[in-house]
Amino acid sequence: MTKELAHPEKFFVDRFGMSERALERILGTALERKADHADIYFEYRDAESLGLEESMVNHTAKSVSHGVGVRVNAEDRTGYAYSDEVTIDRMKLAAEAARAIADQRAEVPAVRVGTPVPRHSLYEVATTPLEIPLEQRAKLLQEIDKVARAYDPRVKNVIASIAAERKIVMIATSEGTIAADVQPLCRLNVSVVAEDGKGGRQIGTYGGGGRVEYSFFLEADRWRQYALEAARQAIVNLDADDAPAGEMIVVLGPGWPGILLHEAIGHGLEGDFNRKGVSAFSGRVGQKVASDLCTVVDDGTIPMRRGSLNVDDEGTPTSRTVLIEKGILRGYLQDRLNARLMKMKPTGNGRRESFAFAPMPRMTNTFMLPGESTPEEIIKSVKRGLYAVSFGGGQVDITNGKFVFSASEAYLIEDGKVTRPVKGATLIGNGPDVLTRVTMVANDLSLDSGIGTCGKDGQSVPVGVGLPTIRIDGITVGGTRA
Amino acid sequence: MTKFDPALAEWALDEAKRKGATAAEVLFSGGESLAAGVRLGETEKLKSSRERRMGLRVFVGQSSATASTAEMDRDSIAGFIADTVTLARLTAADPWSGLPDPALHPKSFPDLGLSDPDCGIVDADRALEIARLAEKAALASDPRIKNSEGAEFDSSRYRILFANSQGFFGEYEGSSFSLVVQPIAQEGEAMQQGFWYTANRRFAKLEDPEETGRTAARRALRRLGARKVRTTRVPVVFDPDMAAGLIRTLAGAASGPALYKGTSFLIDRLGDRIAAPGVTIIDDGTIPGALGSRPFDGEGLPTRRQHLVERGMLRTYLLDSYSARKLKLAPTGNASRSVGQAPTVSTNNLYLEAGPYTPEQIIGSVKSGLYLTELIGFGINMVTGDYSRGAGGIWIEDGRLAYPVQEITIAGNLKDMFLGIEMIGNDLKWRSSVVAPTLKIAEMTIAGA
Repeated sequence: MTKELAHPEKFFVDRFGMSERALERILGTALERKADHADIYFEYRDAESLGLEESMVNHTAKSVSHGVGVRVNAEDRTGYAYSDEVTIDRMKLAAEAARAIADQRAEVPAVRVGTPVPRHSLYEVATTPLEIPLEQRAKLLQEIDKVARAYDPRVKNVIASIAAERKIVMIATSEGTIAADVQPLCRLNVSVVAEDGKGGRQIGTYGGGGRVEYSFFLEADRWRQYALEAARQAIVNLDADDAPAGEMIVVLGPGWPGILLHEAIGHGLEGDFNRKGVSAFSGRVGQKVASDLCTVVDDGTIPMRRGSLNVDDEGTPTSRTVLIEKGILRGYLQDRLNARLMKMKPTGNGRRESFAFAPMPRMTNTFMLPGESTPEEIIKSVKRGLYAVSFGGGQVDITNGKFVFSASEAYLIEDGKVTRPVKGATLIGNGPDVLTRVTMVANDLSLDSGIGTCGKDGQSVPVGVGLPTIRIDGITVGGTRA
Repeated sequence: MTKFDPALAEWALDEAKRKGATAAEVLFSGGESLAAGVRLGETEKLKSSRERRMGLRVFVGQSSATASTAEMDRDSIAGFIADTVTLARLTAADPWSGLPDPALHPKSFPDLGLSDPDCGIVDADRALEIARLAEKAALASDPRIKNSEGAEFDSSRYRILFANSQGFFGEYEGSSFSLVVQPIAQEGEAMQQGFWYTANRRFAKLEDPEETGRTAARRALRRLGARKVRTTRVPVVFDPDMAAGLIRTLAGAASGPALYKGTSFLIDRLGDRIAAPGVTIIDDGTIPGALGSRPFDGEGLPTRRQHLVERGMLRTYLLDSYSARKLKLAPTGNASRSVGQAPTVSTNNLYLEAGPYTPEQIIGSVKSGLYLTELIGFGINMVTGDYSRGAGGIWIEDGRLAYPVQEITIAGNLKDMFLGIEMIGNDLKWRSSVVAPTLKIAEMTIAGA
């Protein structure tokens, strides 16, 4: 592990015999027709998960996967071919398949691979959770089960899991750069089912993780907090009323409710949609799309975070990109292809789920900078509204800008006070419009606990979100009480 | 397509026993595909793939572990088996775990026509031409179709080999072809995307590419000018795709893992009325040529035709062996197995039987309500049945489709929604592995302005 950490590029040379000369030959094959760019992406991933149900750690699974993808870009066209057999022969076939996207024959430019890419050092994990004895991880799940069950006699079942992976990637490009990275990732998840004895049943879910050592879960008793939070949420929801329906003032709590930004803003600012002019934000850089209180950034360089990367999956170092500055739309999230076509700079947001996919612009950690109000002031300012503190998933229609996200824990605000819990509220709004309605932003920015996964075009990647407490004046709440 | 070596499977099962496993399963899964995309008439992408993986599940008594690998030479596999047996030994003994009852394995397999005998992977030129035709028809169908997210044609072939240590051995090959078109309609500042597709195991049975393109264009155009409506309670008519999503959700709640974990609103409801009397929902893995058919499930048990719901009554749960043992029922041929994971449950071909009404009659019966054509988000609580999702569609006034609506939600509880199905359409079409006709639900809450 230590050796791979220091020289991840050596890993592929040693294991699969991928010398720089071999890479040059493959890139040469890929470039035999008129192309703007070619790259080779190698991936080796090992992963392990264990799960507890009904107080038994009865699920364990491990997987080892590896593969290689060859990409050729010609103008706005992409040829991509991959194989899970990492051999020179397979790669040559892949390069031939990928270059079919380009039409005319061309002089093969000499490719010299070897220029290292500067990369961050955001997650030097000396011991991945994969290396912690399984018994120790199983024992932690047992402890979580005990803590959650002890929280309240109405807790009837606890489902908990620890998933850990280590991904080693290497990207060689026709520009001669070579970048490699070791990317650890782990996540601890707890779901609690509670029953009230009168036929009512509810679920609460909490968890966390990141590109961290296993000890992360033990520090500050995080594991205990996850168990208690999941149990607390299930019990709160047992007593929840049906949510109201209609447009109202909504206060979002800090942290995970930042999923609002991910859905309402982030996707619509990904370079591919904007190059094609199919985003509700297309052509709106420089325009006002949010209230003056809102500054939103995407930052792939925060140490240990789930959404962070030393280099993206095209070998570009990640960065911090200002998307909205004091209400004004400033920038897009770019991969190489879209940056080149839009004559902009890549922002280190070219990501892919695995070697089975070509990269595309994706978010990393997306959040709003803190404001000056206090959370208490914000709650106090609302006569009647909804206070939403935790969410399930969300989704957006990029083209018309409509987005939704569903609350998993929410309360009514009545006369400046948080009162009864309500369940089943989905919020729906319009991306380019929702942040113009933000009238207060608090000073309590927090990032989520490390549980986010984003899906786009069939590809899932880990992401982070963050938010201070904010007040939105008018968003449609989709409860059942009309 | 290259076949897997049955001797390698047999050797791996023996090797697992030599390493101390009391029982084992091995799964080989592989495939190849080619996807070709065009956008605004120009070639945009070509993607070709080739994959094969091995999945393994071993038991040491009542303890088990699952593993998958891409390293498929005997030396690597031997090491991998040893690691997996070690993992199993460290896992808790679970009284319900184990291979299925060997008596349930089929002796022979039906020929379900899963693979196209006439057409392999469609080559790039032809695939691009089909995608181009479809997109061109969409762009030509109306001047307001000004942009596009393109059209894509995919073809793939896959092969499965599955064997276990109690003598089951089965393999099959399948094919699939699909075409997706996504034009964008524009009017002033407003843009709306349309989406339509055709998919089949046989190339010759795909719908006409140009018609697919025109349908996608119509679907984009009919969303232009969408407005919000006031918060209200009205009948909601689900179009066939939305209705299919509804029965998929019901099947999720009827699946074994959700039931024993306590995360389903259908716990202890077997034999009860859970839907209106006209509702019959069938799961059938044996329909020749259908997208969801397969000769055996993820544990080597035969698939079959079964009533999930019969005239409103819940007739069966969908179970793999593990959940069946836990619930003291029999497995139903619904085990689903991906290489890297222990079996879980999925439907085969799931459909709601057609009813007597034309879609026009159903829409005509609504004075004021929503014709639902799109849903977004994940606002379904499977534990309680609470349902609240982002919605769009066409508002119905006096029995006629009047104007498009968006940025609203529909909410209710799935238990009430299924009991409240008032009319069932006669328009059932086999477009995917989960299908339903148009459905009318008596009343739901619409949240809007």
